[in-house]
Amino acid sequence: MALLEVEKLSKSYGSNTAVAEVGFHIDKGETYGLLGPNGAGKSTTISIIAGVLKADSGSVRIDGQEHGVSNAATKGQIGFVPQELALYPDLNAWDNLMFFARLYGLSGAKARSRCGEILEIIDLTDRAKENVSTFSGGMSRRLNIGVGMLNRPRLLILDEPAVGVDAQSRNAILESIQRQAADGVSVLYTTHYMEEAERLCDRVGIIDSGRIQAEGTQRELISQVGEDDTIVLSLGGGKDRAVRALKELSEVREVSVEGSEVRLLLKDARSVIARILEVVTASEAVLRSVEVQEPDLEAVFLHLTGKALRE
Amino acid sequence: MSAFFTLVLKDLRQRLKDGTLLVFAIVLPLGLAFLLNMLLGGDPETEFTAHYGVSDLDGGELSSLFVDEVLESLEEEGIVELTTLSSEDEANEAVDSGDVSAAFVIPEGFTEALRNDESAEIRVIGDVDSPEEVEVAVGIAEAFASEHHRVQLAVLTTDPSSEEEATLTEQAAGHPTAVRVVEDTDVDRRQLDSSTYYAAGAAVFFLFFAAMPGVVSLFEDRRTGTLVRLAAAPIGTFTILMARLASTLLFGLVSMGLVITVSTLTFGARWGDPLGVTALTVAAVLAAVGIVSAVAGFADNSEQATNWSTVVALLLGLMGGALFPLANLGPWAALTYVTPHYWFLRGLTDLTAGGGAVSLLLPIGVLSAMGVAGVAVALNRMGRMLHA
Repeated sequence: MALLEVEKLSKSYGSNTAVAEVGFHIDKGETYGLLGPNGAGKSTTISIIAGVLKADSGSVRIDGQEHGVSNAATKGQIGFVPQELALYPDLNAWDNLMFFARLYGLSGAKARSRCGEILEIIDLTDRAKENVSTFSGGMSRRLNIGVGMLNRPRLLILDEPAVGVDAQSRNAILESIQRQAADGVSVLYTTHYMEEAERLCDRVGIIDSGRIQAEGTQRELISQVGEDDTIVLSLGGGKDRAVRALKELSEVREVSVEGSEVRLLLKDARSVIARILEVVTASEAVLRSVEVQEPDLEAVFLHLTGKALRE
Repeated sequence: MSAFFTLVLKDLRQRLKDGTLLVFAIVLPLGLAFLLNMLLGGDPETEFTAHYGVSDLDGGELSSLFVDEVLESLEEEGIVELTTLSSEDEANEAVDSGDVSAAFVIPEGFTEALRNDESAEIRVIGDVDSPEEVEVAVGIAEAFASEHHRVQLAVLTTDPSSEEEATLTEQAAGHPTAVRVVEDTDVDRRQLDSSTYYAAGAAVFFLFFAAMPGVVSLFEDRRTGTLVRLAAAPIGTFTILMARLASTLLFGLVSMGLVITVSTLTFGARWGDPLGVTALTVAAVLAAVGIVSAVAGFADNSEQATNWSTVVALLLGLMGGALFPLANLGPWAALTYVTPHYWFLRGLTDLTAGGGAVSLLLPIGVLSAMGVAGVAVALNRMGRMLHA
């Protein structure tokens, strides 16, 4: 059952089309990644879904209800984490949380209790009374995400929430999002970091030039674009005999040699690797190392758009 | 409603923390008021004394009315020192020698001419080195002439043979209010004492600057993303914007309240009836918030909003006579009417002169209209900022 349904969403700024007929859905408890380079239309898409921007056309439904900038009921079911650090730096962490909690209708003991919980989740309890202006980038990012979780959203929308933070903070941020997903929260996550999408997302939509180019699970996307796996063998003596034998294998589509390194292009490397090793052993070649390279979302993106994700 | 108050309280808290209140509500207005009062001050009611000469060559009933009722009553109040001169030549000599700043010459046949509905004149000979005193002298003569003319017109529209003519002629000759300059209903001739004037001027001048941070912070909120977060929250755009304007309004009221209180206690400023001052202040704050918000609404970023609002605040303040009194503007005087500063000071002047609630209706009406119009423009412009 889809919690979020997006249909033919379009938004233009003058003659510049930011989003063109974007459509996808997110099931309850599912984490969906919107993967694309800067300027691809990710932020515009999720700003419309978050109820911040008005779409020129198309529709957004939350649990079957029509959603828009003036629908407080559906907005109340969404937690939104903007790309910017949307916090008041001259207020402390506690006051920031309490302020936004009240805007989402929490008050009194409920608000205080929820803010306490959030501080625990984002590991900032000890720094609750310190002004946000004194926080490091990672701490601010965590608080930024914490504010988005205050209202126990059914749909958590995160716009590049881990951008510009160190590896440790990024890991903490991704873990907190995974915990939300594990609790049944649907997550819409935008990023231009392939690793984040691969780690978090059940399904991924690849967006470029305001359009969804492809979507599915990582394996589905890779199979859609037909990219091969690569096995890289480092061989010593007997290399030529091994290469001749490997070329005979029907599973191997292409063999290339560069120095001691032999590269094999083939489908589904994991199911063939045992057979490959048998052939190498039988040819009495000296095997120094083996590496299996599977195509990733970066390769899929490159294949679909002709450009790298971080361009 | 809860969201509205949450937003208002948060804004006020931020303004209090950033020191804006201290700077714009206390330090700058009171500092400037003190400085201007020290440099340019002086109580016009107690310190202005002009030395005039008068030569009554007519000696008739109406010329005596001018000399006895107008000039001598001013002399009794200490505003004028009067010297009686026997001829126009003597009047010229007295002005040339600097013995008097100005001399009134009432020519022979003055009363007779007026009774026959012919033109008559009061000649004012002025010393070029005493423009202020000469201006006041001309004002006194004009006040008398205009009052007398009014009564003459009344006589002219009446049947000359009727009994009413006699009554009205009698009123023309003996009407005491016609020659009481200090009770003239023309507000331009009234003045606040210097302490009150400079405190009020500085307060309303800096009110615009005090309103700026609240309005401009909307752009800062957009830049930092907090505005986006507010827009995503389950609260209406109208609530977000009205809360910002309300907090700015409250801040302005607190700011004005502080200046009024401190200037009363330290400078001896006399603001007038508290209820009237409160009503006038609320209207002035509304106007300031409306104008600043409307101007900022057309900006693209906080720097632009601050710059434009500053220019408008300075221009309106200077044009409206907030920092120093404006005189002799001629046709340019109409420009002052477009400034809230003028209407605030005018309202205050009326109030301190005992004008009462009715005299405040026009200033409060104009200020409120400015405020409402400004807020309407601002809501329209800033609403687009949130969900465009």
